[in-house]
Parts: sequence; structure tokens; C-alpha cells
Amino acid sequence: MIIKDVLCPFCGCLCDDLAVEVENNKVVDVKHACKIGASKIMGHDRIKAPMMRDDKNGEFREVSYDEAINESAKILANSKRPLLYGWASGLCEMMAKGILLNEEVGGIIDNTASVCHGPSVLGVHEKGIPTGTLGQFANRADLVVFWGCNPVQAHPRHMSRYSVFTKGFFANKGRKSRKVVVFDVRKTDTAEMADEYVQVNPGEDYLVLSALRAIVADKADVVPDSVGGVPKEKLVELGEAMKAAKFGIVYFGMGLTQSRGKYKNIDNAISLITELNAHGKHSIIPMRGHYNVGGFGQVCAWETGYAGAVDMSRGTPYYNPGETCSNDLLMREEIDAAFVIAADAGAHFPAQSIARMGKVPVIQIDPFHNPTTEMANIVIPTKVSGVELEGTAYRMDCVSLRMRKLVDVDFPSDEEVLDKIIAKVREIKGASS
Amino acid sequence: MNLNATFISGRTVNQGCNLENKTSQAYFDAAAYCEMNSKDASSLGVEPGNNVKVTTDHGSVVVPMAICDGNPDGLVFIPMGPWANAVVDPDTKGCGMPGFKGLSAVVEPTDEKAPTMPELMARLK
Repeated sequence: MIIKDVLCPFCGCLCDDLAVEVENNKVVDVKHACKIGASKIMGHDRIKAPMMRDDKNGEFREVSYDEAINESAKILANSKRPLLYGWASGLCEMMAKGILLNEEVGGIIDNTASVCHGPSVLGVHEKGIPTGTLGQFANRADLVVFWGCNPVQAHPRHMSRYSVFTKGFFANKGRKSRKVVVFDVRKTDTAEMADEYVQVNPGEDYLVLSALRAIVADKADVVPDSVGGVPKEKLVELGEAMKAAKFGIVYFGMGLTQSRGKYKNIDNAISLITELNAHGKHSIIPMRGHYNVGGFGQVCAWETGYAGAVDMSRGTPYYNPGETCSNDLLMREEIDAAFVIAADAGAHFPAQSIARMGKVPVIQIDPFHNPTTEMANIVIPTKVSGVELEGTAYRMDCVSLRMRKLVDVDFPSDEEVLDKIIAKVREIKGASS
Repeated sequence: MNLNATFISGRTVNQGCNLENKTSQAYFDAAAYCEMNSKDASSLGVEPGNNVKVTTDHGSVVVPMAICDGNPDGLVFIPMGPWANAVVDPDTKGCGMPGFKGLSAVVEPTDEKAPTMPELMARLK
């Protein structure tokens, strides 16, 4: 059986044109997906049953779901400062349950944006964001800028489906309708495909953005001969090309959010785009990584008022990035328990943060054995969302889409496990109050 | 001879393909290497596949060297993952985001072995 119009549960592109062949309840072929999406949907070796161990250096023993869930609830109910991290590879429905669990245990809930586009959220707090949908950019953009992102490697179908090669209503010649510019610290595969590659010195993006703002404001006379490794003549040429564009779009990635300046880079980039809107139509959008990291920001904002890093220890939502983000809490050794679900803190946090996870109880809810498993005391395997479970996800442009189920499995969903943990936490807390 | 470099980490296709396959050799091959340009590699006297030790103020890690001539002189790249994390800066400078890019690093040839993922994690518990 071939299932058509399948959505890909890997990156924020949420490609929705996949064809997946299923035989005897097994995925046997994936068409139209990129190499990463196909790899994800074809599947990998998974954790077969819940496991527990007291000593993180010891062997796991298989346990029942009830035992693992009850022990997890005990740890969370009895900890003073639990961190509930991850969420981005799950569906919106389970995220809402996660936020409820965090309320019950008075913990901190945070998501992968913390090590990805968290600074972008801060930039948006400062300036707002002139943005749009991928469909608008595909139809309209005649100037496409990739700044500190490399879609050829990280979002492989982005250029063909949304940003560069696709033909749009106004951009009706596809690639030929668009000028493509890449700003990066190294000549990436994306840069190889661009009309212009602008090499920026590491950590000097902010300076280059400021120079472009000056040029756009007709103040090129204040720009020095070279900024951030880019010659002034090149910057003037680029600034003028931006002003002349009918519809410009800036896609940006970790090259801005993780480099020196971090959220200030985003703030400055948004200011550039805002100012360019005096001349043409311009938008800016983060290249989101996990397929539903955008969904977590949405769900968390409508449930708590904030997009992540929400501390419920006061009984009311408190948010202060730099204090309540995962790595701040771990580095300061504040956390006394970690609950990691639908993301892999062990693989993507600095070693010093993970070392804190080595000292406290760690509960992992995930289909796959990964570095977080190495640090875990309790592991609870669940369904792979978007392959074995349907539900809601948000594309990188915050368009909500319904993910599909392709095969049936016996594993419980994240939501079912969270429901049971919440019930048990309530029971423990009720008995103790 | 050592190379004084700027370190960055980032995504790659193969690292992405093995995100749910992290106990495999394929993940090791996709995430445990350090890219630099040919000029920097020859200044270090290392061939692709030879191990190098990358050290920052925050730690050090041994990984095989790979060539990427898109890198300017003195820029080294390790794909995001446990090997890169051994040298990144945990300080978020007050905004939640650790320092994954733009760190001063020293790269040197070494005969030491590159650690496996479980070996790296075992150091942290």
C-alpha cells in the first residue's frame, strides 16, 4: 500500500508531499523525502521495553510500564527543582500534557529552542518580526538571503520546495527569478549554489548587519573600508541590491543565534529588515530544526504566556532566559531531577551541563537509545510521532499541519505516558498534603 | 606543530540521518570528526583520518581530521553532537544559549584514540 501526501516528521520544513510504501504494517520505501527524512521514516533500532537502574554506570533491567511510570512520578513529585526538557520531536497534544505535568510538579519546562532559536525569540521580544509564510516567500521573493544557515545540509528540500528553485506566482522563473546571497563564516554547500557568497569573520555578523543598516539609511560614509571581513564596496553593492529588491527574504540559522552577540544579532537583523520595508517588501524567518519545535513555542505561549524556559516553582509562570533556560539551570547545578522527552539533551548540551545530569535522577521518554539514555535511570519507550501517531505540528513559519500515522505499533504514545505520570503525581502529592 | 583556530559546530546531512541511530558506527562517522582546510591540515602534518586533539578553555576531544576547503584558514568545524560538546562553552552569557560557535581552540596531531559515544558520556557520570 502506498500512502500519499505524507508529512515528514524530521525538520521544520514539514514537507507534505511524501509517498510512503507500507507492507504488512512495515515501512518499506519512502519517496520524495530527502535523505534525512527517508532515514527517519524508514526507522532505526529502538528501545524495546521500559528499563530502570539505580546506578548510572550499572546495567539496565527491563521493567513494566507501570513500574517505570510510577517511579518517574515519585522522582518528579519529590524533587524540588525538576527540569522537563525536550518536546520538539513530539506533537502539540503531548506538549500540552507536558506543560500540565510541569504545573503539577512546580518545575521548569524548556525545549530544544534553548540551544537553537531561543535567542531568536528574544530578538523578537525586542523588535517584533516582519515575517510571512513559506508559500508567500516561494511565490514572491526575488532576493533570497541565507544568513548563518546551510539548508543543503540541514533542511535539504528547503531550496527546492520553498526558497530558491521552486516557481512561484510572481517568481515564475524559479531559480532565475531570484538573486541568492549567502552570508557565512565558511563556504558551505549552500554558498556554492548562491549568486553571491559573503564571507564574514566568525562572531562579526552584528557588525556586518550594522554596516548594511547604515548603507540602507544612505549613511555609507560612516562605514569603514572593511567590516567583519567584508570590503565596503561589497557591502554597498549588497545594501543597494536589498533596497532594489521587490520582495526580499532572509532565512537565518545558528550562525546568528549561536555566534557572539546571539540574540542581539537577531535583533539587529530584524531592524535591518524593518528598515528595508521603507523601500520594498521584506521578511525574515528562522530556519527551525526539529519538525515541531515551532509547535512547542505556540503551545507553551498559549498555555503559560511564554514560549519556553517557564519556571512554575512559584505556582505561576516565571520566565527569565539566562536564569530559567536549561543550560543555565544545569550549569548552576540547580536541577535535582531531569525529565527528557522527545529530544536528546545528552547529545546536544555542553559537557558541563550534562555532568549535572550525571549527578541527579534522569528520566527519558524516547523511542531510541541515545546519549541521554547513557545518563538515564529510567527509560520509557514510546511511539514515533508522525510515523506511528497522528497529531498537530507547526512548520517553521508557524503554519499548523496534521501529521499522519503510517503504521500501528504496540508502544504507548507520549501523551498516554504523560497522562499516567500526571495521575500518579497527583496521587502522591494529594497523599502528602 | 599546533594550529591556533576558531572552533564552530553545526548540522550536517549525515549527522541528521543518524539522529535516531546514535549508538551506531554510522553516527560516530557522521559526528566524530574535525574539518579544516588542506593548508591547515598540512601545517599540522595530518592526513584525513589521522586523529587530532581539539582543546578549548572548556575541554578537549580527540577525533579524526577531515578536509573541507570551504573553511577559511584557522576555522575548524565539528558536527553538533557529543564530540563537539566536549569543547563548547556552557556559559550562556545571560541568554540561555551556550557557546557552540566561535571559540578559540588549539588543534594538535595525536596518537590518542577517539572516544566512542558511551565512553564520552561515561566521563560525565
